[in-house]
Parts: sequence; C-alpha cells; structure tokens
Amino acid sequence: MAEQPETQHPGAGAGRLRRVSILGEDGRRGSDPDFDAYLEDVTLEDLKASYRSMLTVRRFDDEVTALQRQGKLALWAPARGQEAAQVGAALAMLPQDQVFPSYREHALAYERGVDLKEMLSVFRGYSGGGWDPTAHNFHLYTFVLAAQIPQAVGYAMGQRLDARLGLGQDPAEGSEPPATIVCFGDGSSTQGEAHESMVFAASYDAPVLFFVQNNQWAISVPFSTQSRLPLAERAAGYGFEGIRVDGNDLLAVRAVTAYALEKIRRGEGPVLIEAETYRLGAHTTADDPTKYRTREEEDGWAAKDPLVRLERHLRAEEVEDAFFEAASEAAQEYGREVRDAVLAMEPPEFAEYFDTVYAEANTLVEQDRAWFQQYEAGFDDAAQEDPR
Amino acid sequence: MSTHEIENLPIAKALNAAMDDALAADPTVLMMGEDIGTLGGVFRVTQGLKETYGADRVMDTPLGEAGIVGTAIGLAMRGYRPVCEIQFDGFVYPSFNQITSQLAKIHFRSDGRISLPVVIRIPYGGNIGSIEHHSESPEALFAHTAGLRVMTPSNAQDAYSMLREAIASSDPVIFLEPKRRYWLKGEVDRSASTTDTQRAQVVREGQDLTLAAYGALVPVALAAAEAAQEDGRSVEVVDLRSISPLDVATVEASVSRTGRLVVTHEAPTFGGMGGELAAEIGTRCFYRLEAPVIRVGGYHMPYPVAAVEEDYLPNIDRLLEAIDRSLSH
Repeated sequence: MAEQPETQHPGAGAGRLRRVSILGEDGRRGSDPDFDAYLEDVTLEDLKASYRSMLTVRRFDDEVTALQRQGKLALWAPARGQEAAQVGAALAMLPQDQVFPSYREHALAYERGVDLKEMLSVFRGYSGGGWDPTAHNFHLYTFVLAAQIPQAVGYAMGQRLDARLGLGQDPAEGSEPPATIVCFGDGSSTQGEAHESMVFAASYDAPVLFFVQNNQWAISVPFSTQSRLPLAERAAGYGFEGIRVDGNDLLAVRAVTAYALEKIRRGEGPVLIEAETYRLGAHTTADDPTKYRTREEEDGWAAKDPLVRLERHLRAEEVEDAFFEAASEAAQEYGREVRDAVLAMEPPEFAEYFDTVYAEANTLVEQDRAWFQQYEAGFDDAAQEDPR
Repeated sequence: MSTHEIENLPIAKALNAAMDDALAADPTVLMMGEDIGTLGGVFRVTQGLKETYGADRVMDTPLGEAGIVGTAIGLAMRGYRPVCEIQFDGFVYPSFNQITSQLAKIHFRSDGRISLPVVIRIPYGGNIGSIEHHSESPEALFAHTAGLRVMTPSNAQDAYSMLREAIASSDPVIFLEPKRRYWLKGEVDRSASTTDTQRAQVVREGQDLTLAAYGALVPVALAAAEAAQEDGRSVEVVDLRSISPLDVATVEASVSRTGRLVVTHEAPTFGGMGGELAAEIGTRCFYRLEAPVIRVGGYHMPYPVAAVEEDYLPNIDRLLEAIDRSLSH
C-alpha cells in the first residue's frame, strides 16, 4: 500500500463516477471541462486567504493536540489533512446557508466565523456546545454519529417550506435562496439515519448538500468495510446527483461545491459530494493509528498534503516569500492566543445547568435546584459557625 | 376555530380538534408522520387535516421514524412547530436515538439558545387485541430522560387541552394517547384554559385510600373505586396526567388525608412510574402512611399475545385486591 492514487473500491468497475481533480499534487492547475466555470470568480487573493485559513487551523490543531497532551483538554479530534476539503467547500457557501457539522469540521467552523477558542471549551469540559450556533449559521458539533444528518434535512425542508408558505424572513432583493450543508464521514455513512436522511431529502426536494469527507478510516476500520463503492455512487440510488472529488484539492472542492449549491438553490433537490481525503493524524488524542495502518500508507498520503499542494500552487503563481512568512507568523500568533485562551478559561458553576434543561419552568428541575441550593447553603452555615 | 360550545366528542376527535385549531392558529405548526395525510392516520386521528391545510403542512412522510423525528428537530430549528405521529408505541424505538440523545438535549447543550417545540404523539397501551409491538407502554423510558416532557390524557377534554398545551410548549413533549380509549366520548370545551395540565387531577374524591392512575387505566380505576364503594370503602382517584414532570404534590395532598396509596399502570411494575411515585410518597408522607404503597402494573415480561393480555393488564379485580391489601394494614 505504498502508493494510493485514489480510494480503493473493491466493487467498483471501470466507467463508474470519475473523480474530479483540478490541482495536481505538484501544485499545477489542470482543467475540468464540467467544472472550470465554477472557478472563474475565484481570485488569487481568495486562494491566498484560503491558504492562510488552512495554515492557521493546522497550527491551531497542533497547538490543541499539545494542550491535550499536557492535560488541559479531555480530548481532541484533529482535522489535519482535511483542511482543503473544508475550506474549499466553505469558499462556495453563502452567509445565509446553514451548516451542520459532524465533529471534525474545525477549518469549516473557522471559515464560518466561529471562534475556535470557544470550541475548545467543549473539549476542556467547560461547555456542552461551545459557540452560539445561531450566530454563524453553524450548528453545534454532533458526537452521536449521523444524528445531525436528518436534522439538517429537516432544516432544509424548512428553508423550502418558508418559500412555499410565505414564512420566514423576506430574502434581501436579489439574494440567493438559502441552502443547508451537512457534513459527515465515511463511518457515519453506514448509519441508518444517513439512509433515511437521503430518502427524506429526495422526497421533499430539500435544498441540502450532503458533504461527505471520506478520510478512509472510521477510527480503526478501513473504508472498504463501510462500502464496496464510492459513497458518491449511492446518491444515484436515491435519485439525485453524486460527485466524487479529490478532497485534498482546494480548487476542485470549491468548484464542485459551487456547482452543487447552485443546483440546489435552483430547487433541484439534494446533491451528495464525496471528498476523498485522509485523516493524517489520529482519530482523537485517545487513538493509536500505528495499530491499524501502515507507515507506508501514511507517508503516501502525507505526500498529498493539501496545504503543501496549495503552497506549491501559490508559489507557481509567483506569490512571494513574504506572504508565506507573514501567514506563518500569523498562524504562530494564533496558536499562542489559543493556548492563552484555554489556560484562562473559567469553569462554569454547576447551578447554572438547572437553567437550561427545559425552556419553560419545570417543577421537577425546580425541586432538584431547590434541594441543591439547600445542600450548598448548608456548607455556608457550617462555615459561619466554624470560621476555621 | 375556537368556540364556546360544549361538544360531545370521542378522544380521537378531541385530538383532531386540537390539531385543527393549532394549525389554524399558527402557520408554523406542522403535522408529520406515516399515513397521517391522505388516510388520516391508521386511527383516523388526523382525518381531514391534509384536505384543510395542504400537503406542505400535513405531511405523509416516508416510512422511517428516525427520519421523522430527526427532520422534525431540524424543522423546529428553522422555526416550525412539528407535531409527529409515531404510528404505534412499539415503533418508536427506531427514533429513540433522535429523541433521547438529540431532541431532549439540544436546548441544554446549546446553553438554552435552541428551543425545540416538537410534539411526538404516540398511541400507546394494550387491550386492543393486536399483534406484538402494538400494545406497549414506554412512558418510563422517556420520563427518565431529562429535557422531555411526557403527558397522557385520559378523557376527551384533557385530550384537547393537553395537546393544545403540548403544541404551544417550547419544550419537546412525548404525548401518549391511550389508544384503547380513542372512542371514549366526553364533553369538550375548546375554549377551556390549558394552563394547569402539568397538575394531576382528583377525578373522584374519597377518604380511605388514594388510587393513582393515568391514561387508559383512569376509567378502570374509577370503576374499581365504584366497586369498592359498594363494600363501603371510599377511594379517591387521582389522574396523574403529566408523567414528567410528575405532580407529586397533588398525590401527597391526597395521601395526607387517606394514608394509603395504590398506583397503577400498564407498563411493567419494575422501573416504572409507580416506583417513582412510591418513593416520593414514601419520603413525603412517611409518618402519615398507614400502609406501604402498592404498585399494580404489568409483569416483568414483554407485552404478551392478545389471547392472554387480560391476565397481564391491571384490571378492576387486581385493583380491588390491592385496595384490600392496603386496607388490611
């Protein structure tokens, strides 16, 4: 398994879905007759910004992994290797679009404006959700695999219903209708909820993009155990379009996502994109990939590192050293900020958690709260009686 | 449509009226479930709603309970108030993950930023002579899950008022419909207040013993109380109505007078709501109890076949035996 030119699909025959690829491993930009048009509006400045984001999140990932090793976080799930898939998709999204991530979408979160330092409160055990999901149209992470997929489809059904029933906010003049993007992985694709979601999405023409990052491993289980065929090919069975794309190719991911979202916004129902990528790091900091995959395989994919590939492209486009140096310095600075922010976090008060079990007053919660307060107050009394 | 007329309706029609009025009052209210539209539901509870409100608001969904509840959560996030129907109690489990790990927790884990006003209607309970998975009582599973409200009406007025309240609630509600009573008629005032259905209700006053029940067993409890009266025993019957939160205070007030409690449900006794009520009353009324709290529930077995379900279910005789046992202390 020294070389893995693309995902191995034991059941796939010749003539199946091709894999869209634009940016070669050497950073040279190729061409795709179906998708070139979806890159015409992408400027060199956009690519430089994408590079900065990818580098910043890579640095963030490394810093957070170190923080976990130092005992400051309970767990961390690095996104290393999947940055191009996420940033490329984000490049094609609009602010009014709603994103439902899985739990490894750090680069996509960053692109949507989520403060990644808030995200770390979840992994420090200081917050259940971390960020405000309503502020960025970026839902909370979901750790029960695939549970977010039907929720995203329902949200998209709601976007469509808004228009049909004349509800919701009136879209601004000339603005595009909103879409929903839901992220999941090769492992989650097996869950029954993924299947039901695709049926519902097709039946209701839901404006939803199923964005699958196939990173080849569901912890220790290889993709071949999840599927005989590329996941993109499943879409045809549900009656909508599936697209395979090189997930380490920022340009190709941007192009196919722009194409898919345009189609979805036209009201033509869902699309599934399978971005073929690789989790360069461990599943989480509790994982040990040396137990299930070879060094050769990892080295093969390291050579396809999306960040390195984009850097090669930018250098070929004659972007100067000063840009890369500045980007690197900014990423280092971000890493320091992240470290400082994590160390400065204040743990929450337990009593606050009675507030949000229900939206409305609930006698059972009030009974428990009253008991807790009384119990706590007992310590105050004891302290007053015995000032030692 | 709201009217001050008093109508004589079966529970199924009272539920239908509640959904009809909710759909009319709020354009964000949606109905979704298997066969609820064109067919009007397998019990015809949603009959006519699709014709009135259209297929966008009364949705015949694909056959997938996880998909129904999962998409309902997403619709609620988008600002809708979905009312899902699960066709039978025993078919709720494919959606159990969405209900317990998602619906119940999203308000909590979003620090209160996302409310999910989702109602899940489930026809539940036995004694309809059906095949397996059509007669179960899963209320304790949901009551044990913080973040959910669980309620069950026993009569037509409560069916109407409680479903209106459930749909208006900002919290997710598991709404259990006693399916063997769907055709039990009662007076319904559609303008009646819906503010106190979290409270249990004393439906028959008595002095000697408190009998707590809910859903389909309330009429059984009333019949048992009537039979006990013939032996000169005065039994107070409490309809719990809300399973979570459980209105222990109303039961406590009753037991404080009677000194005795029998609690009954169709669900298995072990780990059931009766145990919860027994523990609460044991704590609150310890010095006022004249006898241990007695539970009369299903046996610890999967719901049995229809030919023997009469032996499984609490009935008047089993309640009278429990009343005798309590009063013998």
